[in-house]
Amino acid sequence: MSATRPSQDSAAAAAPRMGRRLTLPTQLWSKLEIAFWLIPVAAFFLFPKYLTLGSQILITALFALSLDLILGYARIISLGHAAFFGLGSYVAALLAKHGIINEPVLALVVAGLAAAVLGFATSFLVLRGSDLARLMVTLGIALIMREIANQIPEVTGGADGLQGVTIAPILGSLQFNMFGYTFGGFQFDIFGHVAYTYCLVVLFVLFLLARRIVHSPFGLSLRAVKGNPLRSSLVGIAVDRRLVAIYTVAAFYAGVAGALLAQTTAFASLDVFSFERSADLLLVLIIGGTGYLYGGLIGAVAFKLIQDSLATFDPQYWQYWIGLLLVFLVLFGRIYGAIIAALIFAVARWLQLSFFECALIMLAIGLGYGHIQKGLKLLDGAIARLVGHARSATPMLAHRKP
Amino acid sequence: MAAVLETAALEKHFGGIAAVNGVSLAVEKGARHALIGPNGAGKTTVINLLTGVLRPSAGRILLEGRDITVLEPHKRVGLGLTRTFQINQLFLDLTPVETVGLAISERMGTGAQWWRLVGSRSPVTEEIVEILGRFHLTDVMFERTGNLPYGKQRLLEIALAIACRPQVLLLDEPAAGVPEAERHDILATVAALPADVTVVLIEHDMDLVFSFADRISVLVNGTLLTEGAPDEVARDPRVKAVYLGESLNA
Repeated sequence: MSATRPSQDSAAAAAPRMGRRLTLPTQLWSKLEIAFWLIPVAAFFLFPKYLTLGSQILITALFALSLDLILGYARIISLGHAAFFGLGSYVAALLAKHGIINEPVLALVVAGLAAAVLGFATSFLVLRGSDLARLMVTLGIALIMREIANQIPEVTGGADGLQGVTIAPILGSLQFNMFGYTFGGFQFDIFGHVAYTYCLVVLFVLFLLARRIVHSPFGLSLRAVKGNPLRSSLVGIAVDRRLVAIYTVAAFYAGVAGALLAQTTAFASLDVFSFERSADLLLVLIIGGTGYLYGGLIGAVAFKLIQDSLATFDPQYWQYWIGLLLVFLVLFGRIYGAIIAALIFAVARWLQLSFFECALIMLAIGLGYGHIQKGLKLLDGAIARLVGHARSATPMLAHRKP
Repeated sequence: MAAVLETAALEKHFGGIAAVNGVSLAVEKGARHALIGPNGAGKTTVINLLTGVLRPSAGRILLEGRDITVLEPHKRVGLGLTRTFQINQLFLDLTPVETVGLAISERMGTGAQWWRLVGSRSPVTEEIVEILGRFHLTDVMFERTGNLPYGKQRLLEIALAIACRPQVLLLDEPAAGVPEAERHDILATVAALPADVTVVLIEHDMDLVFSFADRISVLVNGTLLTEGAPDEVARDPRVKAVYLGESLNA
């Protein structure tokens, strides 16, 4: 990274070395990023039994990426992002069920566009007012969408969900043979091989697009608007128009994520619009962090794995532990929060504590918050001295390096 | 000479208080026009009205004869009206390169492009380098703005306005809070602005005002007390009374 930075020794040296093109350090792919993308590829071969869970993680990751685009890059908070996810889901399922568009990839794009239209139309409502107003408006829109789907069972299947969806092979019309292998015409299989690969490819392509967008002049203007909307308008940025644009793009992403779910499960139900889906998404971003694109992806992996393992450990009360984790993540930051939550979980299981006793421990930690924070700061200092350089609790992939 | 920026009976009320009360101002093209007055006289409110941060309660604003009274702020920038702030309004998470590049891209109409990478257009990058060099920011161009010392931030505040290539530049106390050692840089850059750029300056430092301005308007309690050439204003007994009165009270 540092190789692309011009010498800062003198003003005279910096200008000529920069040339006509200026590559910002954050635009380059770091080794860490490349390694990150090799993980899901490796997972395909290492965990063939968990590909269904893998597909779910990838879909959640795409959905979270969508929310990160508006929350992390434009500070638009939403509690109703499932409205777009759900619409994309139903559109994809309906297109396949009625044979309107059989090609899954094309249907995916159409479903995304349908969600984008809804995003564009509702963006004007969302842009008004404060964070609280936005929370309520987005929540309201998702509720409305859910109720519309509920009220037209002849189209959506109502509370029973949309049954009898058959998804055609991916790229069926492009099928050809080469070197003894068949390309195109990938039929979804019960092991989830095709579903997983499909989700991963779609996620990666849309991630590349998102990466391009956030490093473009448009993305830069979004970061400016996020940091200081007043000054943004006074350097000539049409703030509202930029927000409408990114909200529409994010709706497209959410719609595609919803469509992926419908296509890989051959099913759509009212659950795609549920409040929990929108709320879980915020949780994913709280775990992973916002504003560096990887937060949603890391958060989705962490959230789904935590959810999955807690559900096996404690099938009845896993939500209790998710809630506890959330509280500590927000109070003590990602690393310490997770450690404290894990400690309480371990102690509670070891000593067979009741939920009430666990709640008392939480309360005690809350009351001693100031002291614990001070202790953690000392610990931070000690670790920093040990490691030799300070490393904050922010995610390692964060691009906001000084 | 024709007035490039004009206000007619401009008023702004906050509740029952008239912060600006019937201000009619005419700024001529290429002028170095200072707007002075004691604290709370409404100087910054006038700037806020001119740039569209606030909507006037009554009156009109004309930029080169065009009525911009209700025009959105970003469109006024497009017409060549730019300002700086008394208290820095910067993008703390961006670097000076990004900050200045942002304004240049907007001015060139490429700020909404999403398919190119920032920095890939050479006219933009060349201008970034030129402006940052002029404002002594080259050595910190890749630092996070929030981490810069106050004097550098103050320079960036003005560099950002210059990057918009204004016809009319409104400077709200450009040297406010700047340490004495760095004050000179700021004053030099203000003095070196091209002659065809019209500058409206709000400032408390009378030495700066009288060395810089060719025309001075005095604002007291939201109304214009007087306006004229620097020596006229300096001789005006009412102006003396306002400032002496203030300093006696202080």
